[in-house]
Amino acid sequence: MLGKLTWAAIPFDQPIPMIASGVVALSILAILAWVVIRGHLPYLWREWITSVDHKRIGVMYTLLAMVMLLRGFSDAIMMRAQQAVAFHGQGFLPPEHYDQIFSAHGTIMIFFVAMPFMIGLMNFVVPLQLGVRDVAFPTLNSVGFWLTATGALLINISLVVGEFARTGWLPYPPLSELTYSPGVGVDYYLWAIQISGVGTLVSGINLVTTVLKVRTRGMSYLRMPMFCWTTLATNLLIVAAFPILTATLAMLLLDRYLGFHFFTNEAGGNMMMFMNLIWTWGHPEVYILVLPAFGIFSEVFATFSGKPLFGYRSMVAATMAICILSFMVWLHHFFTMGAGADVNAIFGIATTIIAVPTGVKVFNWLFTMYGGKVRFQTPLLWSIGFMVTFIIGGMTGVLLAVPPADFVLHNSLFLVAHFHNVLIGGMLFGAFAGYTYWFPKAFGFKLHEGLGQAAFWCWLVGFYVAFMPLYVVGLLGMTRRMQHYDVPEWRPWLIVAAFGAVLILCGIVLQIVQLVVSIRQRAKLRDETGDPWDGRSLEWATASPPPAFNFAVLPEVSGEDAYWKFKHPATEQVRSLERPEYRAIEIPRNSPTGFVCAFFATMMGFALIWHIWWMVAAGAIGAFATFIVFAWRDHDEDIIPAAEVARIDGSNRAQRHAILSKEAAE
Amino acid sequence: MNILDPQGPIGAAEKTILIDSVAIMLAIVVPTIVAIFVFAYWFRASNSRALHLPNWEYSGRIELVVWSIPTLTIILLGGVAWIGAHQLDPAKPIEGPSRPLTIQAVSLDWKWLFIYPDQKVATINTLTVPAGVPLQFQLTSASVMNAFFIPQLGSLIYTMYGMTTRLNLQADKPGTLQGLSGHFSGDGFSDMHFDVHVVPTEQFSKWAQDASHAEKSLDERSYEQIAKPSMKNTPAIYRLADPDLFDRSRRRRYRRRRERRRA
Repeated sequence: MLGKLTWAAIPFDQPIPMIASGVVALSILAILAWVVIRGHLPYLWREWITSVDHKRIGVMYTLLAMVMLLRGFSDAIMMRAQQAVAFHGQGFLPPEHYDQIFSAHGTIMIFFVAMPFMIGLMNFVVPLQLGVRDVAFPTLNSVGFWLTATGALLINISLVVGEFARTGWLPYPPLSELTYSPGVGVDYYLWAIQISGVGTLVSGINLVTTVLKVRTRGMSYLRMPMFCWTTLATNLLIVAAFPILTATLAMLLLDRYLGFHFFTNEAGGNMMMFMNLIWTWGHPEVYILVLPAFGIFSEVFATFSGKPLFGYRSMVAATMAICILSFMVWLHHFFTMGAGADVNAIFGIATTIIAVPTGVKVFNWLFTMYGGKVRFQTPLLWSIGFMVTFIIGGMTGVLLAVPPADFVLHNSLFLVAHFHNVLIGGMLFGAFAGYTYWFPKAFGFKLHEGLGQAAFWCWLVGFYVAFMPLYVVGLLGMTRRMQHYDVPEWRPWLIVAAFGAVLILCGIVLQIVQLVVSIRQRAKLRDETGDPWDGRSLEWATASPPPAFNFAVLPEVSGEDAYWKFKHPATEQVRSLERPEYRAIEIPRNSPTGFVCAFFATMMGFALIWHIWWMVAAGAIGAFATFIVFAWRDHDEDIIPAAEVARIDGSNRAQRHAILSKEAAE
Repeated sequence: MNILDPQGPIGAAEKTILIDSVAIMLAIVVPTIVAIFVFAYWFRASNSRALHLPNWEYSGRIELVVWSIPTLTIILLGGVAWIGAHQLDPAKPIEGPSRPLTIQAVSLDWKWLFIYPDQKVATINTLTVPAGVPLQFQLTSASVMNAFFIPQLGSLIYTMYGMTTRLNLQADKPGTLQGLSGHFSGDGFSDMHFDVHVVPTEQFSKWAQDASHAEKSLDERSYEQIAKPSMKNTPAIYRLADPDLFDRSRRRRYRRRRERRRA
């Protein structure tokens, strides 16, 4: 009846996962109880869970990423603590537990922090920057989000029911095959990633279509803000690369469930095929994460220097070059597999070539500041922190691309330090810059500046203290994923690294405090103009938070920096006084399709993991039925009458006009 | 285990490449980082003396420079990568006056089995090699993937089931080095390390001579015992009763399957 699932699956004898999951379960229950008792449930259902508004979905993606960041970080700090104490001993985590923790850390940080954070920001910002009312496929967007949430949920269920993979964040066979990993851990990994992978793919299709087909009048390709360009590049990569991941993991699933031999030791299986396939997805994935961050920095440097982005066309060319080159370098992840010198050299050189467009980007940001008036607010601090940190990470990356250097540094903590250097210093700093930058647009008030800066400094210093020592232990020969060690020279560095993780923890705590304080002081931090940073692109032309329809009248674009062009006071005042002709607006109707679909997907995923076949069938039928019901809907848009549009826009306009005329008078 | 303190020609050459590459890159990285701080500070909003160019967004000359600086650096580094990848190809034999010593390494769960086919010796988690003699490693795995790594001698290379990878190393002078596993292989991974005793050539011959008369013998049956998963294995020395053990550990399953089919 319940397949492999028995009471033995719940680790009652292991205090750490039990306490952790107990705390998580209790807080979820507490939040749910609060929501129900205060009567917020109908509001949440109507306005958020069933919402197909790209802004709401963007916010939910970002929220998911932040919650999962807490989970991923607790894994990280446990690992750092373990390596700090496990000298000549076992530390506090036995191998079978430690192995799950580093696997979960990587999986969660990449798939459920970095990906949803970036997709969330793209979802929220891109339609606003393009001057349009929504993305191309609003309901699909919601489905994408909820499937990602399903993946995150399944991974967290593995904490209490069963176990997680013990193979590392990429389940290399044959270790991940049934022979060597007979438990449900790898199955949790595979189904969580397969389901959320579908979510990511549909989100990618949606955003590519949006950028290509849904732009306001006059918004030609070369007038799009840089963030839209990096969004296009990123989502093209998603559409091209994620099917490879899905196919590769599907082959591993066939091995595990139906006795196939794609990657097994026996019967002609070959693990080298898995490594090649997984990295033809894996390397573009790196750029899927970092390209949106490059877009965010481009916006931030331009805005906070009060200048247009330097070398816009160069930046576009560099972005697209990275997009293409990223598919040609996957082999550098395994120079040590024993390929010939020619193969290694060619892939090494191809990898170093990516440093050229990336270097161009760095110089262009630098020259964006030249001649500007640089304002040191939190988003700019993250961006400068990024530039310095990312250059160092890029340098160690190019070093690892030189095959003979990689031969001694491969799989060492030097490598671990390198990719955290580019992922934290590149992608995560970008995500935080974007979060601070667009927060007032999403909620109508700014985040507390002082606490934001304090959090930045903790993160920056914490990062250096945590990861520079790892470069050193890497040079001292320490390989990654060690549960304990006997080499005395490594120890002091690992203790320093653990201290760095504590500093990062301070940064995270400060960010939570910042959010709470900002919500409490929202009246003081309110953004009434809709343009709190003196922005240059169209998202700042509408109110904060924007109305459901984004723009009462779709803007017409006459050049780059669309909003900047008509922001000058004279024209602005004329425009503000002039009452546009309002028309009724059609907006997509909210739909529970995404949520219901994800409900059945969760059920099916869980059932597949535990071999509960009747439940698999129920989940599959349910998900398909949801799709049928949605496809046969005969009413998919709501209409906001012209009078209502006029009322909403009129009050925003009046507010903004009052501020502007007050400023003009001063 | 410091890879910046290499004990053999391969490690030394790899260290040189590592340092040269960093030096080439620092030549552009350091000025860029300095420029970031200088630009950000000088063009701060409160500095009224700074040049203000609110609409400056393009300069063909600067574009040319920003594309060419990284390109030139990469051309230089690309040369280093190409030459280095060929000269230090792990499969390339080391030239030298002495005859190379062949050592076969098999990664098991969770220990290393080393076979000296010519000396008829096998060891677990310990390696004894002559100084100044090229070492030709043939690597495979009888279980999951792993990687063989002696940091101070250089190059890490994967071991994979059903395949043989090649690695050529050499130790310059007598001493004791550390080797370890470079690719996560499961619960016992952290204990898959071994001492590498580098001894003078004569002493190696004597060691091999003694070892080939060791009490314990490694044949098909004792191999089956060793191949079973176990953690924290203490070093052991065997006389090699079955000279084809390496090839067989590599192909064991195939053979069994064939036999089953025949039956």
